[in-house]
Amino acid sequence: MDVLMSAIKLPTDRNIRYLLVILVAILALMGLSLGGTFFSLSNLQSMSSQLPLLGIFALAMAVCMLTGGINLSIIATTNACSLVMASIITMAPDSGLMLVAALGAGLVTAIIVGLANGFLIAYIGVSPILATLGMMTFINGLNVLVSGGSVISGFPDALLILGNGSVMGTPMPLIFFGLFAIGLWAILEHTALGRAIYLMGSNEKASRFSGINTQKSLVYVYIISSILCWLAAIIMMAKFNSAKAGYGESYLLVAILASVLGGINPDGGFGRIIGIFLALVVLQALESGLNLLGVSSYLTMALWGGILIVFIALQKYKS
Amino acid sequence: MLSLQKESLSRWLKCHEFYLGLLITFLVLGLSLGTEDFMTLGNLFDMTVSSAILGIMACGLFVVLIAGGIDISFPAIAAIGQYLMATFVLANGGNFAVAFAISALVGIALGMVNAVLVYKLKVPAIIITIAMLNVYFGLLIYFSNGDWLYGFPDWFMDGVEVFRFTASDGYDYGLNLPMMTLIAVVAFTSILMSKTRIGRQIYALGGNSDAAHRIGMNSFKLNLFVYGYMGAMAGIAAVVQTQITQSVAPNSLMGFELTVLAAVVLGGTSMSGGKGTLLGVILGVALLAVLKNGLTLLGVPSYWHTVLTGLIILISISMTALNEKQQAKQVV
Repeated sequence: MDVLMSAIKLPTDRNIRYLLVILVAILALMGLSLGGTFFSLSNLQSMSSQLPLLGIFALAMAVCMLTGGINLSIIATTNACSLVMASIITMAPDSGLMLVAALGAGLVTAIIVGLANGFLIAYIGVSPILATLGMMTFINGLNVLVSGGSVISGFPDALLILGNGSVMGTPMPLIFFGLFAIGLWAILEHTALGRAIYLMGSNEKASRFSGINTQKSLVYVYIISSILCWLAAIIMMAKFNSAKAGYGESYLLVAILASVLGGINPDGGFGRIIGIFLALVVLQALESGLNLLGVSSYLTMALWGGILIVFIALQKYKS
Repeated sequence: MLSLQKESLSRWLKCHEFYLGLLITFLVLGLSLGTEDFMTLGNLFDMTVSSAILGIMACGLFVVLIAGGIDISFPAIAAIGQYLMATFVLANGGNFAVAFAISALVGIALGMVNAVLVYKLKVPAIIITIAMLNVYFGLLIYFSNGDWLYGFPDWFMDGVEVFRFTASDGYDYGLNLPMMTLIAVVAFTSILMSKTRIGRQIYALGGNSDAAHRIGMNSFKLNLFVYGYMGAMAGIAAVVQTQITQSVAPNSLMGFELTVLAAVVLGGTSMSGGKGTLLGVILGVALLAVLKNGLTLLGVPSYWHTVLTGLIILISISMTALNEKQQAKQVV
């Protein structure tokens, strides 16, 4: 197989090669069993409007995992942002200025959460899993407390179009996801901060002794993760036309799965955005295909977990 | 003699459990004075029963964390054990011994699957067990259609109660099934971790797995034991939960994994393995229970509960981290 691979000049990254193989296999299976339905425009469009939300969560998770950390508070942060934005927007639904103010307030919320996470992890020295777990509980509590557990709805069209509109057949969420993914890719691969992130994930001590301000870089990482949550919040609000504490909680663990499937090393240091993108396409193709075939979504959930285990086993077996 | 006392005092002051115990004592004192209902037999009973499931699962997770692993999949394991147990009991009857045996054995088997994957694939346990959570839970809902089970036989509904007596408030009290199970599990875990060779080995494995391996410990067998134990605890807690709620909903335990994890780390158990005490875990569970109960009695809206729980977790883990940092500095 390796000979075949190198013959057709596929990327050298082993992870990405495996993902491509899995993807081709899934597409072939879906094509055989569903025929044209799977590749119809409507299915492709529905797939590409579903993929971005999980995709953004996966990016938010992945950027932390690259440093050897994790962020369990992404969903709580997202809900906090959407509740803040929703309560400001609904004060004056027709005012454009209010919409901008709301988006700004959401961004500020995200940055505060990111700062708090980063501070706990970098300066106090709490392990990322605990810091973000505590933060998750705390923010979830605040979300319910402030909103009273009720749904906030009734948003202006200007906001709804961000989640439901499309430009030349491309759903808006996909465009946002693409822009932010490219932005994150640029940060990771073409800036000093990006180098620092990979280095910290490989060897935190060594990067500190080589003069990188690891504490500051860690804070930036958790702020970036939170800002991605803010984007997810906007898309989620627009998609559901409402905001509520506790939305989207099932995405948390799936975001970790998608990141690891995308080749992010959970110990940190390795993994690329393109891998995550391929992993997302694999997961989404599987979900949409099985859905069209009438397979229970819970069986799909089990399959996602199974695919990750098989994927990890494959890598182990080869090396 | 004096210096010895001083030494033991300063050791106390460094001890996470000491502060946790102090905090709980203050809370209990304040609540006893501030409310009429806190220090009643009835309330203390309710509090213990309602935290039994958390306590039992915390014992299992504690053992896994000490060994340097983690398990996120146990609520799904518990749900599967519960479902199979309930199906059997509804069809064939039986007794509690059979119920516990079925649920615990299912738990042990699924836990060992986790152990094999964690050990063989050498990927962080959190990733494997998140994947397995999806697998277990997805399959359970698929095969059960998410149907609830209820209508248990009388012996199951009534539970078991010993040492029954009528208190001055006119109600009957006694050791019931959740409490007895909790006590038995805590006692067993305590003996296991502090008095047996396998307990020592688990601490050693979590403290330094390379060293443990070099002195000839079989880390694969230890992993099987540890994740199997977690599975057994999940299965046992599942029976207790079924007995309390008198029904089985396949998704009722979902999301519980992070609550249990919070209780265990609140008790000072380290995420990197080898450090932590069962006493701390019990205090962590007790703190969460007293907090929730106290806030309810004080009439604080339930919206506040999660905020305060989160805040206490954040403060507690920050204190532990700062403490460790200081000790690391002293060594250097």
